[in-house]
Amino acid sequence: MKEQVAYKAGVAAALKHPAPPSRLQRLLRSLYRERIAYLFMAPFLLCFTAFILLPVLMAILMSFTSYDAFRIPHFTGFKNYISLITQDTVFMKHALPNTIKFAFFVGPIGYLLTFFIAWLIYQLPKSVRDLVTLAIYAPSIAGGIALVVVWQAAFSGDYVGYLNQFLMNYNMIETPVLWLQNPKYLLNVMIVVTIWMGFGVGFLAMLAGFDTVNRELYEAGRIDGISTRLQEVYYITVPSMKPQMLFSAVMAIVGTLKAGAISVQLTGMPITKQYAGHLMLNHIDDYAFIRFELGYASMLSVVLLLFSYAAMKLSYRLFGPKDGE
Amino acid sequence: MMAIVKQIRRLTLFETLLLLALLLLAAFMSLPIVFIINHAFKPFHELFLFPPTFLVKDPTLTNFYELFMRPVARIVPFSRYLYNSIIVAALSMVAVILSSCMAAYVLSKLQFSLKKAVMAMIMLALMFAPETVAIPRYLIVGWLQLNNTYFGHILPVIASPVAVFLIKQFIDQIPAELLEAAKMDGASELRIFIRIIIPLSMPAIATISIITFQGVWGDASASTLFMQDETMKTLPYYITTLTSGMANTVAGQGMAAAAGLLMFLPNLIIFLFAQRRIMETMVHSGVK
Repeated sequence: MKEQVAYKAGVAAALKHPAPPSRLQRLLRSLYRERIAYLFMAPFLLCFTAFILLPVLMAILMSFTSYDAFRIPHFTGFKNYISLITQDTVFMKHALPNTIKFAFFVGPIGYLLTFFIAWLIYQLPKSVRDLVTLAIYAPSIAGGIALVVVWQAAFSGDYVGYLNQFLMNYNMIETPVLWLQNPKYLLNVMIVVTIWMGFGVGFLAMLAGFDTVNRELYEAGRIDGISTRLQEVYYITVPSMKPQMLFSAVMAIVGTLKAGAISVQLTGMPITKQYAGHLMLNHIDDYAFIRFELGYASMLSVVLLLFSYAAMKLSYRLFGPKDGE
Repeated sequence: MMAIVKQIRRLTLFETLLLLALLLLAAFMSLPIVFIINHAFKPFHELFLFPPTFLVKDPTLTNFYELFMRPVARIVPFSRYLYNSIIVAALSMVAVILSSCMAAYVLSKLQFSLKKAVMAMIMLALMFAPETVAIPRYLIVGWLQLNNTYFGHILPVIASPVAVFLIKQFIDQIPAELLEAAKMDGASELRIFIRIIIPLSMPAIATISIITFQGVWGDASASTLFMQDETMKTLPYYITTLTSGMANTVAGQGMAAAAGLLMFLPNLIIFLFAQRRIMETMVHSGVK
């Protein structure tokens, strides 16, 4: 009897002063209130989750397993990571050094080159700018697959190869060079070709970035004692267009990551001779689609993602907004 | 034309030299393009000439003709790949424009609790290259049963952080007062979106359509990974079958060049029409 009364009183009190909503309730309520926002984002967010977020999370999970696509994956801890460092000689001797060299030239060097050429174009009168821009941008719009036939003909290893023919005409070489077959040259050819096709969105962003620089700053700089164009670029242009520099740095990272397929396109083989053009991406494809060691391949993906994350952090350190800006 | 000549006359010595140097550089950089145009129109015997020639002497359409007719020996005709490519590219563009604009509008102009988290994810995903996680993507496409459907081509393209980012940066420039005025007049979010946001962000929309088109039109990975049925594959995949494993032969080069030119031309034409708008968008492309 007493308990019942106490219970009723409790209910009455609860009705009068409802308990403060829990965090989950508050979240759900705000989600409902902001439903239009989420509805608008739904198509993008769903696809984003399915094809970017989830794949990355899955790659991280799978990297700790041994999985062959048929049997149920089983957890192996850091075994994949340990074998990468201790046993994978192809990775240590070929994939890693090749990737570092490739990424260095295509990434930072290609980036500087892009900036330099964009800057030169910006010095031109407006009327010819568009034409030169188009000519330099065109190979990147054509893209790797459309131009494979060009590179194959240009770097063909026999007398009919255009580069061989050119060099022999000017007596720079005596016999044809096997540009694509000789392990000594393949990686360099890959780098040249990738840079050639690398003047893409990032290049356009830089070119547009020059327009955002306040012209009065140059005047002010001259008064403050800036005398050469190099100083002008370093002290005024680059700091003023940092946002564009950052955007194209990010685009350069993506471009470098994507370019891994170039060796396959050039040579027509999934694994290049003596691993001459073997990059991380080819190593992943090798383990994923030829050996079906999906756990190991995922671990390689995670390592590659970490590398590119580090590159992105570095770009932010260089060009990102500082506190108080 | 006269204006250009006048402008060139007014150049200083440095600028003239620079112009010459850059024109040379531009000519050098566009060599592959000049080459592929010439190669595509070369008759069979010119492809085999020794010493090899760069420019075409006696242009024909044989290579294109063969490209279209070759399928007699193949199961799937060339036109099927072309058809798939056109369908996929068109649908992807529409889908990306709609989904990215909607997401970008919300991220730019509305307030909601998870905004920071979503924005941070997009900024991080700007550097995402689908090639790095091909395996999980392959598995997910399998689970969603998108194999051998056009959805398998299109849905992964919608997940384009760069598109959302570029449009968002552009929408950021639209003054909030304009939207508030519309709200005062009783316009719903949907109406604001259709009547104000879309028309005002046309340059950005043009830009991402081109970026999307280029990406889809030149991408063979969806065909290789997600499409097992030959009739669902697209043009770039077909071209890779023409070029792979023939690094040393000349035969088939003419056809591959013709196909390559077909890949390149739509991109070029679209870019020419939209160059101004793209540059306008790129001004706002900065990561702040």
